Amino acid sequence: MGIPNHWRTQHQRYRLVGEICQHCGAKLFPPRDVCPECSQPAYEPFTFSGRGQVYSHSTVLHAPRGYEEFVPYTVALVKLEEGPLVTAQLTDVDAGEAYIGMPVEMVTRKQREDGEEGAIIYGYKFRPVLQ
Amino acid sequence: MRDVSIIGIGQTKVGENWEKSLRQLAGEAVLAAMRDASIEMADMLYVGNMLSGEIAAQEHLGALVADFVGLRGIEAVKVEAACASGAAALRQAYIAVAGGMADVVIACGVEKMTDEVGEVVTSALALAGDGEYETFHGLSFVAINALLMQRYMYEFGWKHRDFAAFAVNAHQNAVHNPYAMFPKPITVEQFEQARLIADPINLMDSSPVADGAAAVVLCPTEQARAFTDNAVRIAASAVATDAVAIHDRPDPLFLQAVYTSAQKAYRQAGITPQDIDLFEAHDAFTIMAALSLEACGFAPRGQGVRLAQEGDIALDGRIPISTMGGLKGRGHPVGATGIYQVVEVVQQLRGQAGGNQIKDAHWGMAQNIGGSGATVITHIMEALS
Repeated sequence: MGIPNHWRTQHQRYRLVGEICQHCGAKLFPPRDVCPECSQPAYEPFTFSGRGQVYSHSTVLHAPRGYEEFVPYTVALVKLEEGPLVTAQLTDVDAGEAYIGMPVEMVTRKQREDGEEGAIIYGYKFRPVLQ
Repeated sequence: MRDVSIIGIGQTKVGENWEKSLRQLAGEAVLAAMRDASIEMADMLYVGNMLSGEIAAQEHLGALVADFVGLRGIEAVKVEAACASGAAALRQAYIAVAGGMADVVIACGVEKMTDEVGEVVTSALALAGDGEYETFHGLSFVAINALLMQRYMYEFGWKHRDFAAFAVNAHQNAVHNPYAMFPKPITVEQFEQARLIADPINLMDSSPVADGAAAVVLCPTEQARAFTDNAVRIAASAVATDAVAIHDRPDPLFLQAVYTSAQKAYRQAGITPQDIDLFEAHDAFTIMAALSLEACGFAPRGQGVRLAQEGDIALDGRIPISTMGGLKGRGHPVGATGIYQVVEVVQQLRGQAGGNQIKDAHWGMAQNIGGSGATVITHIMEALS
C-alpha cells in the first residue's frame, strides 16, 4: 500500500475514529458510511475509547511479506467496549500469553517499514491493561 | 430459464507442476473436458482464477486460455472471487446457458502457485481478506482462520486433536484419486505433531499450496443427449456473500453466506440436506470444514467436529465429504478448487469414482468458499442416468 493510503486512513489508525449511525445509534469501526444494521447513511465520526477484551487470538509463525522480522507476533480480534470487533496485533505480550477475555487497550505502535528508505508505518495495536 | 447439464469434465494432477505454465495447465484441463464432451467448439469460456497477476505475472486469462486451446475468437473472460473463483466461473457459465445466451459453455479453474515460494504466496493469499483492516495488521490468511478456530475451541470446548478426523479422512480418500497431490494416509499422531503455522492451526489443518486446473462443459439438458450418455444435471446454483472481514460479522462462528447459499440451493433442487449423498466441502482448514457442515445444516452449531469424529463424513457415513481427498488431500490450487469439486461430484454421479465410489449416489453437492466465508457458491448436481 502506498503513502496516500496511509495518509487517508490516519484517523482510523492513530485514534480509532469510526462512525456512529444517526438513525439507529450503531457504532461502527472501521468506518463504512452505510450502517450495516439499518442500511442508512452513517457519516458522523465517533472516536472509540480503545478499551476492550480479547475475543480471539493467534500467534503468527509464518508471516506475509513485510512482517517477517516481527515473527512470532500475536494477532487478535478485540471486542471494543462500545461493541465492534477490531482486528489488530497485540503488543507487550509474549507468544502464548494472550487469552480470551484479556482486558486490553489501544496504543499506537510501528506496524512495519516500507523498505530501507520507505515510510515507517504506524497504527493501532492493543496491549494488556496495566494493573 | 433452461435446465443445464454438465457434459464433459477434465482435470490435471494437482501438485508442484514445475514443468507446466499456467496456460498449459488450463489448456490441458479444457482440452480434456472438450474431448470428454465430444465437442470441438464452444460459444463461451469462463476462467476462474485468483492469483495469476500476483504469482504468474499474467492477467487477461480469458483471451489467453481461449487462444491457447484453439478457441481464438470466442467470448472469454476471467472471473475472480478469491478462493471461490472456480465456482464463480461455473456460476457465470451456468447463467449464460440457463439464460439462453449460449448453448455450449466451458468453465475452467486454474491456479499456478509454485512459481513463487513462502512469504510471496502467503501475501498473495492474504488478498482474500480485508486489505486495510486485516492484512495491514500482519494477518496471513491462515491467521484469519486461526482466529475462528481459537474462538470455536473456546466456545464449544473442543481440543485441537479433535479436528484430526477431518485431515485423516481427506488423506484416506486421496489415496484412490490419481489426480490428488497427497495420495497417502496420515495418522492422528502425525496430525498432532505437525508444525504450527498460526496457532492453533498447524500444517495438517491446512490445505497445501499447489498448481492445477480443472474444467467442465455445460449445455442445455435437452441437448445433452446429442453429446453424451452420462450427462449430470445442475439442479442448483446459488451464491451468497458476507462481510469480507470476520470482525464485521455479528457472529463470526456462524458462516451466514454458507447458510444462505446452501438454503437457496436446497430450495432450487427441491431437496433437504438429508437427501445429499455426498458433499465436496471447502476444507481449506479443518475449522472451515466444521463451520461449513454446521451452516449447511448437517450438524448443530458447535458440533461439526463430532461428525468427523464419529465417522459420519467417511465414504460409508451419513454425509461423506471430500470424497476424492478434498482441499487437504487432493490439494488446493485456489482458483481451480471450485471446478475440481464439481468434477469430483460428476465422477461420483457417473459411477466413475473408482475405489471411492459412493454407492447409489444420486445427489451431490459442491461448495466453494471465498476468503473466510465472504463469497459462498453452492452447486447441487443430480445423476440423470
